[in-house]
Amino acid sequence: MMSVETEIRFKLNGREVCLKVPATMKTLAMLRERLDLTGTKYACGEGECGACTIEVDGRTINSCLMYAIDCDGRELVTIEGLRTPQGLHPVQQAFVDHGAVQCGFCMPGMIVQARYLIENNPGLTREEAQRGLEGNLCRCTGYTKVLDAVQAVAGKAGCGGHG
Amino acid sequence: MTMAAIQKVLAPTRLEQALAALALPGGATVLAGGTDLAPQTEAGVRSYAARLLNIRRVEGLGGIQSAGQEIRIGATTTVNEIRRSALLAAVAPVLVEAAEHFASEQIRNAATLGGNLCNASPAGDMSPPLLVLDAAVELAHWQDDAVQTRRVPLERFFTGPGKTVKRPEELLTAVVFERPAPGFVARFRKSGPRPALEISTVSVALGARTEDGTLHAVRVAMGSVAATPLRARRVEAALEGRVPDDAAIAAAVEAAAEDAKPIDDVRASAWYRGHLVRVFIEEVLHDVRRD
Repeated sequence: MMSVETEIRFKLNGREVCLKVPATMKTLAMLRERLDLTGTKYACGEGECGACTIEVDGRTINSCLMYAIDCDGRELVTIEGLRTPQGLHPVQQAFVDHGAVQCGFCMPGMIVQARYLIENNPGLTREEAQRGLEGNLCRCTGYTKVLDAVQAVAGKAGCGGHG
Repeated sequence: MTMAAIQKVLAPTRLEQALAALALPGGATVLAGGTDLAPQTEAGVRSYAARLLNIRRVEGLGGIQSAGQEIRIGATTTVNEIRRSALLAAVAPVLVEAAEHFASEQIRNAATLGGNLCNASPAGDMSPPLLVLDAAVELAHWQDDAVQTRRVPLERFFTGPGKTVKRPEELLTAVVFERPAPGFVARFRKSGPRPALEISTVSVALGARTEDGTLHAVRVAMGSVAATPLRARRVEAALEGRVPDDAAIAAAVEAAAEDAKPIDDVRASAWYRGHLVRVFIEEVLHDVRRD
């Protein structure tokens, strides 16, 4: 039996979107299967790994747990929304510069989460970054270079860009 | 397995509308943060009612307020809102402490207090600190064209894993507790194999009013040691009116073994849980003594 479809309107990476979604569809499935935004990844499907992290109204959440109907009237930012006209977002560039990316699968979620942490706490310490990234699993980097990258951006944001 | 057959999706802005939907035949499945509902329905351990009722837009269900001597936390308040609340940091830091160690940042941004309590897990992280604050839940339903509310002490709210006294037509609207008296101290400890995203192996909270070094109105709560989060009455009795000296702590630790009724499961053995709960009781008491 198909469940009922509901029309929702929301802002996605700065653009207005309107579509119909089934009652139980999750935001992750909507992004990947309905809107062809496949940057956000599906991994555990139960909020343990953070690969599906996106930002909703300025707060990061696991999009695999968020019902698509709850996107109505809200503002979403995915990894695709971070790129600026000048190129990569500073957090993306720092991940590249520090060799923080190996297989890359967890990186969209990791980078969305890292950007959120830095924007809410521009001078965040390594320990704060570690705590803030607890919900993002990576099985190849060992996190050291990820934290190096985050710290490099946080240092710049906090101290006016020396170094 | 029965397929989801949701006939209607509702996202009301008024409490009356939400309660009216819950009162209809076939009822409604309440959605807030979705962090428990999504995995449970995906795994097939929970099924949907005829309606999916998103309560996140209901006015008056969010926010943390102080009115007179009472603190009121709305049901849709997220765990991170609790964690960042200046009011709670001042009046009930033990709640902020529990929120601090709750799941991950992403889950804390979505999960609501009402959802965490209604999920009624024996391991629910917000329950032990709320039990030592002697909190009550407010349950509302629609009857005779009006909102009817009742208050249930949190201690009597849970009846088993996933089970509460809340009737299907009722909605948990808020958690309330009296502003702790001057001299109130409280502590929370939880344990799991890693600090984040961990379903507690054991959790313990202790709250008491201290006066010249003695403990009064002692409340102790434990999680993951029985079918529901519980008040440890024997530990409380062992500490009431006493200075937390070595003899009192030893008596409390001994009593903890009687209050806790842990089981073996995938996360830990009953033996290990029994051991941890005694260690935590000892730790929180040493901690209180140092203050």
